[in-house]
Amino acid sequence: MRIIVKCFAGCRDAVGSTSVSVEFPDGTTVGEAFAELIDSYPALASYDRSVMLAVNRDYADRQVVLADGDELACIPPVSGGATRR
Amino acid sequence: MYKIIDEYIKPDALFEWSLKPHHGAVVTFAGTVRDNTDGRRTLRLEYEAYAEMAEAKMREVGAEIRERWGIEDVAMIHRVGTLEIGEISILISVASPHRKNAFEACSYAIDRVKQIVPVWKKEIWADGEREWVERNT
Repeated sequence: MRIIVKCFAGCRDAVGSTSVSVEFPDGTTVGEAFAELIDSYPALASYDRSVMLAVNRDYADRQVVLADGDELACIPPVSGGATRR
Repeated sequence: MYKIIDEYIKPDALFEWSLKPHHGAVVTFAGTVRDNTDGRRTLRLEYEAYAEMAEAKMREVGAEIRERWGIEDVAMIHRVGTLEIGEISILISVASPHRKNAFEACSYAIDRVKQIVPVWKKEIWADGEREWVERNT
């Protein structure tokens, strides 16, 4: 399945692009996808603990399973804080 | 109104939009670009947003305020791009019949925005360094 990966701020600097299209096996979770991205873009590794991930513009837990065409966003800690709730 | 924009924000930009005849108070918060952080001098800031999600999350904060205080008239605009010292990065306006609720809701609004709205700022330091701010400010 094909996923649109959006990267912002420091994550974009690590990936070198705001938006990349990536092929993942069916059943890939949000967390697995991010781990794959670290393999492709090692500079992302420094965000592994702090990054928040969003699917289709809403925050998503790492165990959420992706679907073809989803937009996965890598959201480094925002400027005012970094907590979800 | 919940918008990410790339234009200069005037302090009263949301005032008339928020105000209705039954209101008795309009509380406005303006976040501005500070010239230093802990004494280190800032030249300017660059803001970036995940605009579609940021607008949705600002709207979500507005819905929380409606639920908690019964306030309907909330507006927020956040600017992106390059901002100079003293310019407004975010403007929030909360209008209600009485001031107490409006003050509380406006304070809540900026706290929540900083928690959940995906907007980032890059410090352009006077010493030549540039870095994304990735911590509490």
